[in-house]
Amino acid sequence: MIAQPQPLVTIRNLAVSFDGVRALHGIDLSVARGEALGLVGESGCGKSVTWLAALGLLPKKAKVTGSVQLEGRELLGAAPVVLDDVRGGRIAMIFQDPASALNPVLRLGKQVGEALALHRGLSGSAIKAEARRLFDLVGIPDAARRLDAFPHELSGGQNQRVMIAMALAGNPDLLVADEPTTALDATIQAQILELLTLIRRETGMALVLISHDLGVISQTCERVCVMYAGRIIETAPADLLFERPLHPYTQGLISALPPLDGVRRRLSPIEGNVPEPWNLPAGCSFAPRCPRAVAACDEGIPPLADKAPQRRAACIRVAPAEAPAQREPVFA
Amino acid sequence: MLRFLLIRFGRAALTVALVVTFAFIVLRLSGDPALIIMSVDAPPEAIAAFRKAWGLDDPIWLQYLHYFTAIGQGELGQSMRDGRPALQLVLERIPATLALTLPALAMKLGIGIPAGIYAALHRDSLIDRAVMVTAVAGFTVPSFVLGLVLVLVFSVQLGWLPSGGQESWRHAILPVLTLGIGGAAVLARFTRSAMLEVLGQPYIRTASAKGVPWARVVRGHALPNAAIPTVTIVGFMVGSLIAGAVVVESVFSWPGVGRLLVVAVANRDLAVVQCILLLVAVTMVSSNLIVDLLYGVMDPRLRSGAKAGAH
Amino acid sequence: MTGPMSPETLLALRDVCRSYSMRRGLLGRPTAVHAVDGVSLTVEKGRTLGLVGESGSGKSTTGRLALGLEPPDRGAVLFKGEPLPKDGTQEWRAMRARMQMIYQDPLGALDRRLPILEQVREPLDVHGIGEAKARDEKALALLQSVGLRADQGSRYPHELSGGQRQRAVIARALATGPDLLVCDEPVSALDVSIQAQVVNLLVDLQEELGLGLLFISHDLKVVRQVSHRVAVMYLGRIVEEGEADLLLHAPAHPYTEALVSASPEPGRRARPRIVLQGDPPNPAARPSGCAFHPRCHAARERCKVETPALLPLPDGRLTACHVAHDQANFLTSPLLKAAS
Repeated sequence: MIAQPQPLVTIRNLAVSFDGVRALHGIDLSVARGEALGLVGESGCGKSVTWLAALGLLPKKAKVTGSVQLEGRELLGAAPVVLDDVRGGRIAMIFQDPASALNPVLRLGKQVGEALALHRGLSGSAIKAEARRLFDLVGIPDAARRLDAFPHELSGGQNQRVMIAMALAGNPDLLVADEPTTALDATIQAQILELLTLIRRETGMALVLISHDLGVISQTCERVCVMYAGRIIETAPADLLFERPLHPYTQGLISALPPLDGVRRRLSPIEGNVPEPWNLPAGCSFAPRCPRAVAACDEGIPPLADKAPQRRAACIRVAPAEAPAQREPVFA
Repeated sequence: MLRFLLIRFGRAALTVALVVTFAFIVLRLSGDPALIIMSVDAPPEAIAAFRKAWGLDDPIWLQYLHYFTAIGQGELGQSMRDGRPALQLVLERIPATLALTLPALAMKLGIGIPAGIYAALHRDSLIDRAVMVTAVAGFTVPSFVLGLVLVLVFSVQLGWLPSGGQESWRHAILPVLTLGIGGAAVLARFTRSAMLEVLGQPYIRTASAKGVPWARVVRGHALPNAAIPTVTIVGFMVGSLIAGAVVVESVFSWPGVGRLLVVAVANRDLAVVQCILLLVAVTMVSSNLIVDLLYGVMDPRLRSGAKAGAH
Repeated sequence: MTGPMSPETLLALRDVCRSYSMRRGLLGRPTAVHAVDGVSLTVEKGRTLGLVGESGSGKSTTGRLALGLEPPDRGAVLFKGEPLPKDGTQEWRAMRARMQMIYQDPLGALDRRLPILEQVREPLDVHGIGEAKARDEKALALLQSVGLRADQGSRYPHELSGGQRQRAVIARALATGPDLLVCDEPVSALDVSIQAQVVNLLVDLQEELGLGLLFISHDLKVVRQVSHRVAVMYLGRIVEEGEADLLLHAPAHPYTEALVSASPEPGRRARPRIVLQGDPPNPAARPSGCAFHPRCHAARERCKVETPALLPLPDGRLTACHVAHDQANFLTSPLLKAAS
């Protein structure tokens, strides 16, 4: 592998448990400067927990171990002062339901202004001017008046724009967007995704997009991590992943999705259910639902191993040679 | 806005009218004032004269009509016992009652709200559990029991404080404690659950995620929201400043409005009872009204109708 | 637009309207909101009509009107050619057994205190179907027909997964042997892998039982998978209706086009994305003319003043768009024919 510059964020062996039940089983993940990384998986797979844990936003009862470094500086267990600087200042986060993610009794201008005061040291009229500029930037019409509005006076899409403006207030290096369009209508989802892409292009900010929607991830991200039952089970560049998924779970996810065109065929669902976090199988968590499972799958947890350049998968049934075949004409 | 106020005022007036009507009917059905005040063995002519003098021989609907017309003219009647204006009798007693209920209110707010907030912020800690146990005990024990226990401990056993009467400020300590402990307990529990509810909201996480220090998240984001439901219960407490001490005043023989009410009911002193009930209903209803208006101030979702619910 | 060869029509809505009075805030005056404004549609036996739209489009209200859960202000709802009986009457109850609803949230639709089997049995008891003794067996058979095991019948709703719960809801809906199912976002709360299971189940059941389905969803991909025809709603009106593949592959209405483009498919970026400007529309403030014109890239002067009617295009679909019809007229105009 070529020597790469230091990643922006490096997560090593991040594990989270709630009341003794493991929700996250040692995640290794890094985010490069300016990259758009997608985290995809079904509910309960740990994709949101990963980033809430990284930023210390989980409730106190959560037990978090491992390491999360921002340019070499450890965040797990860091002093509140350090974390408060990082949150919003270096790493910002937006959430699923913008209507409830904004404080209902505070004016929008005040909520955005708070971040400006904290991370940019602005005050008074400078805050107002900058908040207005941010509202314009994220495409909120009639920005000056909207600063005095309350969240309930705006639509869901507009509120998500406010959330994005608030996230941008601290000029972060990374924006973590946790299901940012799930609560929104399709046409509004398209607007928000476009806005995120545009902002990333203009500011060079890295983006982590957490979503259950493969289509959304595919449109927005360059690299994708697929998660299942608290682990990353596959990671690859987006185009390669969707073109030729390696892990049987990723394959299952993609073929369970009805296509919008082409011949209508019967869907191939993944049989069975996601295992409960307190009742995981001994070996590979996906083995009980996996069409390719063999006895060896139940014997140990498969490591996330290199299978091809830039591609890793946690499956003993995927041979390293399997993937590069298409890239290496020598074999053809 | 005017329309809203008018509707609210109309409703408030209706509530008061209903309370007064209900009291009127119940009192008329529950015993003959003439027999009670004149005593049963009074000569029949004297009783008849008493009835005539107070209009008790009119049909009940006529009495009711007279009563309401009188209220409309600001006339609340005279005590059947000593003939003094009922309103004056009641007003004389209010300072004594407030001398108990105001300090008790201060105690409820001063202890209940901070204890509730602290318990919510340190959920499941030792202090949280202690606050909750005290709170549960505080509002499950009826005030007369609590009052009697306090008397037993501080007056009878320790002999530190007087057990009844109104001679000095020391006489007020036990009744104020009795009133305050129960209320503080209710308020602590309520504040705690309101606070916990708010702390679990996504916007609290948003505030933390943008780097607001925790103390400021609590002050600037959580408290303004938790205050909204808490205002209801505080409003109720303010509304019961006058009527809230009936039992405690009786236990500690404190000559306030509550005691007056108990005596007046026992005597079927109709005008006095009705006057007190009217006063109580008015204070209750107006504190409710104030709470509603405060809601509008504190919660912008109720205030503006700019773009309510397109979905 | 059912031809002479069309199968038996189960449900027909004829120019149905439904409006609510909505107060804007605590202090505002009530205004009338036209949730459904002149909708006509039909569902045939063994066929599925997909109803697509965003929030505020009136698609769920249309579903409730179809079941008689709400009375229309105007227009008629016909089931097998007969108007729906009055809500609450004996006839209405009998009719309701012929048509069932499946909601988005199966946990909310089930009674938390009863085991699944009993809940599936309940409609049999209510409508007096079969002999009392045979009902448990019937309920068990229903559970198995939706892919639940017999032992799962004794579980409570919270002990099942989301997909299993939705199966239980479907089993219960099938208990009375309905002809029509109205499904309102039936798989939206489910994970992708489970979603496919339930979609397949619905398709299988339709084939087996000849059910008519009114399938309401915001998800075009799921809608295409199950639907024979698709109707797209915008602000209480149907703006385009036609054969599913025709409509989704070559949308005629700019709104349908935008919806299709906003439905991203993994690994495919070929289609240029159309991003609509502006918020989803507010039913309380309906724009003049074509309600879509403020967000439409093709809008002309005419669209601002004249409301387009839902009319057939030469390819058989219906669309309510001046621009689409003008184009079609141009292509089929005698002038063009003469030239060629």
